[in-house]
Order: sequence, then structure tokens, then C-alpha cells
Amino acid sequence: MNSFIRSVLAEADYKPERLLQMLRAVQAQYLHIPNAAIEQLAAALHIPRTQIIAVAEFYSFLHLTPQGRYDIHISDSITDRMLGKEKLLNYLAEKLRVNVGEVRADGLVSLNNTSCTGMCDQGPAGLVNGYALTRLDPARIDVIAKLIEQQAPLSDWPPEFFAVEEPVRKPGLLLNQPFENGAAIRATFARGLTETLAEVDSSNLRGRGGAGFKTALKWRTCAQQTATPHYVICNADEGEPGTFKDRMLLDLYADQVFEGMTLCAAIIGSDQGLLYLRAEYLFLYEQLQRVLKRRRDSGLLGRNILGHDGFDFDIEIRMGAGAYICGEASAQIESLEGKPGIPRVKPPNSVICGYQRKPTVVDNVETFFAATHIAVQGGSWFAEVGTAQSTGSKLLSISGDCARPGIYEYPFGTSIEEILQDCGADDVMGVQVGGPSGTFISNRELQRRIAFEDLSTAGSFMVFNNSRNIFDIVQNFTDFFAHESCGFCTPCRVGTTLLKNQLRKIVEGNGAAVDLEELNEICLVVKNNSHCGLGDSAANPILSTLASYPELYLKQLKQSSFTPGFDLDATLAVARRMAQRDDDAAHLSQVEN
Amino acid sequence: MSGTLCIDGIAVPFSDGQTIIEAARTAGVYIPYLCHRPGYAPYGSCKLCTVKVNGRTNTACTLPAADGQTVISNSPDLQHDRQRITQMLFVEGNHFCPSCEKSGNCQLQAVAYHQNMLDNHYPHFYAQREMDASHPDILIDHDRCIFCNLCVRASKEKDGKDVFGIAGRGIHKRLVINSPSGKLKDSEISVDDEAAHVCPTGAILVKRSAYLAPIGERIYDGHPISEVACEKAVIKAGEASGYPSCDPTKLAESAQQNGGPDSHYAATMPPAPDIKHGR
Repeated sequence: MNSFIRSVLAEADYKPERLLQMLRAVQAQYLHIPNAAIEQLAAALHIPRTQIIAVAEFYSFLHLTPQGRYDIHISDSITDRMLGKEKLLNYLAEKLRVNVGEVRADGLVSLNNTSCTGMCDQGPAGLVNGYALTRLDPARIDVIAKLIEQQAPLSDWPPEFFAVEEPVRKPGLLLNQPFENGAAIRATFARGLTETLAEVDSSNLRGRGGAGFKTALKWRTCAQQTATPHYVICNADEGEPGTFKDRMLLDLYADQVFEGMTLCAAIIGSDQGLLYLRAEYLFLYEQLQRVLKRRRDSGLLGRNILGHDGFDFDIEIRMGAGAYICGEASAQIESLEGKPGIPRVKPPNSVICGYQRKPTVVDNVETFFAATHIAVQGGSWFAEVGTAQSTGSKLLSISGDCARPGIYEYPFGTSIEEILQDCGADDVMGVQVGGPSGTFISNRELQRRIAFEDLSTAGSFMVFNNSRNIFDIVQNFTDFFAHESCGFCTPCRVGTTLLKNQLRKIVEGNGAAVDLEELNEICLVVKNNSHCGLGDSAANPILSTLASYPELYLKQLKQSSFTPGFDLDATLAVARRMAQRDDDAAHLSQVEN
Repeated sequence: MSGTLCIDGIAVPFSDGQTIIEAARTAGVYIPYLCHRPGYAPYGSCKLCTVKVNGRTNTACTLPAADGQTVISNSPDLQHDRQRITQMLFVEGNHFCPSCEKSGNCQLQAVAYHQNMLDNHYPHFYAQREMDASHPDILIDHDRCIFCNLCVRASKEKDGKDVFGIAGRGIHKRLVINSPSGKLKDSEISVDDEAAHVCPTGAILVKRSAYLAPIGERIYDGHPISEVACEKAVIKAGEASGYPSCDPTKLAESAQQNGGPDSHYAATMPPAPDIKHGR
């Protein structure tokens, strides 16, 4: 082990900020993070072992106890569930003779649920040893189970099991625009850095990660900071359930994303970029490294880019390890520094004090992609499309109950109705716009529009038809937030679990009117007091469906002023089993008043 | 930079580098907190000190004071949420005040009294947590940990040792010890460390000191936390026995070191909120 850890340390250049990369390597090698590795890494990196334990326990794909040699995760997004995920998971567990959440006794296989893996358009999806599996069905599971029992290496598995399609159904302003590598960098220098920033400004481009902060303002603020160095970070931690447009961009347009980072670097004066790639997109890693190498070879990265003296910039890819919160910019920076992804206290904003406490621009994949076209075409070309407050176009990842799931590009201001028509959705009950942290729109509000001033979204667009149960959706989202809360602050750490339990109580028919009132109150405590956006939006699924469908919630309630929080008779099950009787006299009837 | 801000209608002066909570505290205005401590780097996790600053929600312990800020701390809404957040802490761990060695010297308990907390309100989580009694002088009862991070900061910043850390995610958070075995006895901690005395609850206790001051004669038995925190209460030596960190002269010293003004003028605290319970 000693020599392997030494090689891992050397690979990471003994830099503690690359701790996640090192732990990922250790996990892959030993199927967990052994104590001896923790000791050796702590000593070599001069960090406390508690930091390594904290990181190993924080991220879903790192473990302190051994996992199976085939470590399987099945995506538990609502869209996967709608495609029959639960049945498949049980079938897989049965085939592999392993319980969900456990490692098989012989250590061959482990099986777990995981949060959305970003394959909602081709689910039910999963991961095996980190690599994406798509379109799972019973036939595929039969083959997978066989391959695992035969201990076949992943390279011998049918490649179609790992095939990720990128269905671009409706290209628009940006996806229809041809692009030649280097064009945006050339245009930026030809026009001038200040002038190009002015174009980004007049384009009114706003952050595509969902928050909608004005990009030019962020870049200008960073450029003006005297502290050096400055950093560019591309946020590819596309963890919001239901979104996969960054996956498509990195798969098909990686060059342009890197070019967007490069022109940002020129403008803000940075020589170091980082791409934070979510763990679930491991399948893109090698391909992205090849793109980077090609760009270095053709002078688009590295020293004196395209012959511009003194313009040095390079990009390093760092993998996440399974934590939705790392999509939040400051949590991502913490993660990039080799720590648990806990959002920082603001002020100061990352733009002033970010990576390594230096001025940092963190922008979404799509933002960098859009910036390249703005650099070439100019700001007004972009600003002519969309609405006054939301210029340009937006990529949507559409999944759920529709004939044509995939990627769609629309000008801002497009109505939900029009989008539903395009993707072939009928008998619509509602749409979740912006993922669980976004807004639920019932079929009475389909005239609403995609725009920062109406429905803002990072790109998730999940369609539900009238056959769906609203509570399945809300519970899935609420459980997701409880699972992904970083636990830093009290209201979110405790409150998201309280919400999960309280909602379950009502959904299972054990709630009275007072419980509904309580549910609403917990929502507000979590929403109004949490540290970051996760806690702020954790109650949104409940709050927005409470507003849309109060009658459904009321129907779940017991019609009594007093309702026991548990089933009295069920608690006697053990006693009945021990007494080996199950006649009427051995049953209580629940007290009703 | 220094100036004046306004908290619940009271003018509060502040000096350079002070956060809202420190400006308030040194001026005798109490904003409840658990993860804050004078002289420590702000952390902002417990969320008890959540206030409205110029209409926006923020934590008083992390936000720098600025001239002309209008701060609302004691609105019915904020007091209600504060009580709920305290109750969340109580149900998350296992807090048996009647049998706890820290009772009467415990900030969590005192804050709950200040909040007029009469029950736990939420269903208990019944967390399964182990005790670490391995160290000859210091005991850790994980049941009582509220993840305030004070011991982590004390060990790192004050003792220069890095004995503690917080691991896990979400509701699975846990306090971890920096030692090969994970036990406190194998760590570098010593009973004289600030980290051994900084815990606001009974999670980290110095052994054989628990009952030096009898129940009924402890810090918060005689003084509400709103007075103790603002150094308006004179703590008798016996009351704080075994808890040197509660020595008011030390508190005053650390406030001095943090550039706190030395003029304390009393501001009247509003009475405890009258919060209706049950239905």
C-alpha cells in the first residue's frame, strides 16, 4: 500500500488541495479509504487526519468501509422512478443476492441508491464503479448479473450498456451557430479585452447556473481585484435532478466551453482554470483530457496562447465525489481545496475571496459556452433575443412524461405551453421547472414563461402527466434534500429530516390538521434561517404543491381532532409473532374519536 | 472604521472589525448564540443569532457591523424561529438536563430558558452516539454535541493542536478526534487546553470537576444568559468552578483584545417572549 499511496501523492504533486483526487484513487484501488492510507496521506500532506475522515464521510462515493468490487449505484431521481426504477432495483438486488445499501458477503458486489446521475432522458440509469449505465431494463440486468458473477472486467461488458446519447431535439440561437476553435479568443484580442468585456456587458448575459448574476459584473469585479493570482472555475457539478444540458455541452461542445474559460481568463487576468466535473460524469473525463491536450498542442492553451505574448492559461480537471451541495460556488471552492463541500459565509463573495482565498470567477458550463458566441458575434446579437431582463437563449433538459425527452434551446420568454407541445407532452398534470429547488407548475399555469423574472431555471424541466401521484414527487424531492444537506447549519441539518418525517406521516395517512400546519411551519423555519440556497429551497417542493394542490393534502388527513402518530395494532406484531397467533382477539382496533 | 448601528431601536456603537453580535454584546444588547464566542473566528452554523439587517436575513455573528445598519433581532417571528432552532438542537441529540453534569452551567440550556422553551416540540431522533471516556481527565459525551465547532476552533486557533474535527454529512454529522485510534486518550489534548473548556454544552467535560459547584449555585442558576453574555453579571468564583473559561475577567480581556470598547452601558432587555404552546 505504501508505494501505491506514494504514487498517488506524486501524481497529485503532494498538493493537499487535490485530496479528493487522491482519495478517489485510493477508493478505486482498495474499495475504501483504509486507515493506513489516511495516516500516510495525513503525514505526507501535513493535514490532520480528521480532515481526511471528514472528506471521506462527506462525499457519497468515498467510503471508510470496503464496498464491492463491482460497486453499483442506481439513480433515484423521480424520472428514473417513473421509468420503473424501483422494480428494477429490486430485481437487480434479487439477481445479485445483495440487499440495497449493503455489500455482498463475498465482497464481489455492493448496491446502493444515489441521487440523480444526470441521465433522466435515458433512464433508468445507474453507475458501475463510477461509470454511467443507461437505459437499464430486466434483460440488461440479467446480462449484468452474469458478467459480475463471471467477474468480467468492465472493458468486456457490451459497450451499448455505457452508451450515452445526446439527443439535441431543438437547437436554437447558440446550438445552430457554427463555431471554429480559437475564433472567440481571436475575436477577443482583435477587439480588445476591455471592449470584449463591454460586449459581454451589453449582451446582458446572466449566469446560467440558475442564480442569474450578471456575468460582466462578476468578471469586471474580479478583474479589478488587486490580489493575485485570479482563478477561473467552470462549474460542471450538474447535480440538480432533471438537468443534463451541461453533460451534452461537455460531450459535444467541450472545446467551446474551454474556450469560454480561456477568454474569461484573458479578461480577468488569470493563468489557471479549473473544471469541477461531477463524479457521475466520469465517463467524460478521458475525452475531456484529450480535448485539453489537443488545445495545448494547437496553441489554444498553455504559454503565449495564439501568439499573444504573456497570455498564459491552462485548465485542470478535478473530479467531485458525490455531493449535490458542491454545485454551490463557495462549497465547490471548498471541495477544490480538498475539504468537505460546506458553503462559505458571505461576505466576502468568491469573486473577491475564492479559491485559495484569491479572486475567483465561478461560472456555469453554459455561461462559458454562451460567452464564446458573444465574443464572436457581439453583445447586441445576443441581446436581441429573449426578454429585456433575460437576454439570449436557455438550454433545457426535458425529461419525464413526454414523447421526446432531450435537449431543447429556447429564447427566454418562451411559455411552458409551447415547450410542452414541442416535446410531445399531453395530459399534463404539472411541470417541475428548475428541479427540486425550482418551482412546481400545475396545468393551470402553463402560460408562465422561462425567464429570470418569471420561472428561473438552471435547465431542469420535468414533465408529469395525470397518472402521477403528486406525493411520490414531493417525497422524492424532500428526501433528496435531506440526503444532500451538508449539515453545517441547524435549520437545514435537522429541519430537512423533520420535513421528510412530517411529510411521510401525512402521506401515509397518519396526519391530522395540526400536522399539516406543523409541516408548513417547519418549511418556513428551514427556508428563513438556512445558511445557503439548499436550505432556502429544500421546502419548495412542499410549499409549491401545498399552494397548487391544498385539496390533495387535505384528503390525506385523518378526519379527527386527535390522531395517534403511530399504528397501535402494528406495534403488537412482534408480540403476535412470538405468541404464534393472529386471530381477531390478538388485534386492537385503533382508538378513534 | 467605526460608527453606530441600530438594534431594535437601540443605538449601538461599534469599533473597527466588530461583527454585529460583538458590537451588540459589548454594548449590553444580547443576541442569542451558541456557536459564537468572543475572541474566536466567526463560524455562523447554529443560526440562533439570525437577525434582519436592513430588511435582509443574516447571522449577526458573521456580518461585519456597518454604520447606519438597522438591525431587528427581537421581532416575534425571529424569536419564534430561534425557539424552534433551539428545539431542533434538543431533539437532534440526547439532552437530559436533569441528569447532566453541565446543568446550570450549560449555554444550550440557558439559551433555551431565555427562549422560554417549555418543551422539545419536535419528535426526538433518538440518535445512537457513543461516549468517549478514554482520556484520564476529559470526557466526551457525544449525545450532547451540537456541532458548534468551538472545540475545533479552540484546538486549532488557541491551542495549536487540531485535536477535533467534524465529519459526516447532513444529519450524520459527528465530532471526530485527531488520533490514530480515534479516541481522545490517544490525542494531543491536555486538560489545560482551551478546547477542553470551551464546549457550550456538556459534550466535553473536565472529569472530577462536575459537582464542585452544587446545582442551584451555578452560573445560569443565578443570572440569565443575556446578562452573563454581556458581562453584566458578576460571577462568583464558586459558581464557575471547573469552568475557567466563564471567568468574566477573561471574557473582558478577550473582548479587549478584539478591540471592543471598554465602556459598557446598559440597555434594557425586553422580557422573554410570550410564546403560546400547544393548541
